[in-house]
Amino acid sequence: MSNIALEIAGLNFSYAKKKQVLHDLHFEVDAGQCCILLGPNGAGKSTLFSLITRLYAHKQGRIKLAGFDIQKQPLKALGHLGVVFQQTTLDLDLTVQQNLRYHAALQGMSRKKANPAIQEQLECLGMYERRTEVVRQLNGGHRRRVEIARALMHKPSVLLLDEPTVGLDVPSRQAIVEHVHQLSQDGHLAVLWATHLMDEIYASDKIVVMHQGTLKAQGLMADVIRQAQAENINDAFYKLTHS
Amino acid sequence: MRIFHYWFALWGIVFRELFRFIKQKERFLSALVRPLVWLFVFAAGFRAALGIAIIPPYETYILYEVYITPGLIGMIQLFNGMQSSLSMVYDREMGSMRILLVSPLPRWFLLVAKLLAGVFVSILQVYVFLGIAWFYEIQAPLEGYLWLLPALVLSGLMLGALGLLLSSFIKQLENFAGVMNFVIFPMFFMSTALYPLWKLQESSVWLYKLAEYNPFSRAVELIRFALYGQFNQEAFLYTSVTFTLFLILAIIGYNPSKGMMKRKGR
Repeated sequence: MSNIALEIAGLNFSYAKKKQVLHDLHFEVDAGQCCILLGPNGAGKSTLFSLITRLYAHKQGRIKLAGFDIQKQPLKALGHLGVVFQQTTLDLDLTVQQNLRYHAALQGMSRKKANPAIQEQLECLGMYERRTEVVRQLNGGHRRRVEIARALMHKPSVLLLDEPTVGLDVPSRQAIVEHVHQLSQDGHLAVLWATHLMDEIYASDKIVVMHQGTLKAQGLMADVIRQAQAENINDAFYKLTHS
Repeated sequence: MRIFHYWFALWGIVFRELFRFIKQKERFLSALVRPLVWLFVFAAGFRAALGIAIIPPYETYILYEVYITPGLIGMIQLFNGMQSSLSMVYDREMGSMRILLVSPLPRWFLLVAKLLAGVFVSILQVYVFLGIAWFYEIQAPLEGYLWLLPALVLSGLMLGALGLLLSSFIKQLENFAGVMNFVIFPMFFMSTALYPLWKLQESSVWLYKLAEYNPFSRAVELIRFALYGQFNQEAFLYTSVTFTLFLILAIIGYNPSKGMMKRKGR
């Protein structure tokens, strides 16, 4: 039985009347795997995320989430997806709990089902005590934790994280990196994490390197270093994105 | 069950809109103050200058304040529709719109739910306004307040759908000021909200024609007749058709492969 949670195949994309921004992308993320999407600014990471989340529609190629094609069965596919966007997407005027309840409702969860899920996720991230606080009062790190809790509360198969640690202090970053890696190791969650910060990568992670919309290398850290004929991942990233 | 999913999502969206509205006290206050200023100041000042003849649904001579009350109800809904569209543009810029759009529900449903949430909020505002107007002795027959409800739903949907449509075209929050100048003011002033059609016809045939085909005029007439327990079929049909048209265009505008998303690619 296939273990692939996220499948990208032959994906091309261009904005109307503009040059192509994604060129023939192919990669997969298995259940229980953490995949780091590395790329400098303008590599096409956010565009790829917009296509996976169906904010944009593609014409060429295929995106499958938990076996469901995002174009042909978008509702089933999106039901398996949890997302943390680069920009905060919480409603600042609502409390933590109200934000999560709103998300639960959008995922079709009743209040009865949502409450324990909210408690479970907030407790995991050390935010349960702050559930009645208005989001505006939280700092960046805590807002991110709430967003991660929100992305996980409906038990998705795939978690997308678009540079979630940008702008956070070191302890907040570490806490999030560790929590997400733990999640993928513990369960069946596939994680696709876009970043350009090398210290967020674990040796066991799958790495996909993108540059100018093209996939430059993929595999475990050692494979990518070998493919780039480099000495370490920093060097490999530099070589792959400056050639 | 899929139907429960839709139900929970609808209530989630309505409650979110309601919470936001309650928290934004200034928004509620300004939504009330605006029509009240028109009623207490503008209408009182122009009472003598703008005499109103007996026209349906009124059966006798009426005060100018009575005449413009349905127009001011329409104004509340018009501003609320635009406020909703402003919040859509804001949500899109701030990113919170994405969470709505990536939920596993059809986009048309999400837009309709958002629309219904806005209408719900506007109806609350209208009844509070009418409550204050009651003490100012602007009183419709009691059953009129009941008949008004379905009319408010339809007019609110039409004006909200127009707001949605506009929000699908407006790329930045700064551009929203243009909506005030090019949509709200022309729609309001070129309508039957402040003066009846025959008065407009006396001064300008063009203005009369514009007011006649202005969807806001029809919404105001639908409200006016409903407030007096009467049904204006023409206004109902016109408002229904324009609502459907605006909604379809808004849904196309929010379609990732056809509308705003395609043009707005970043």
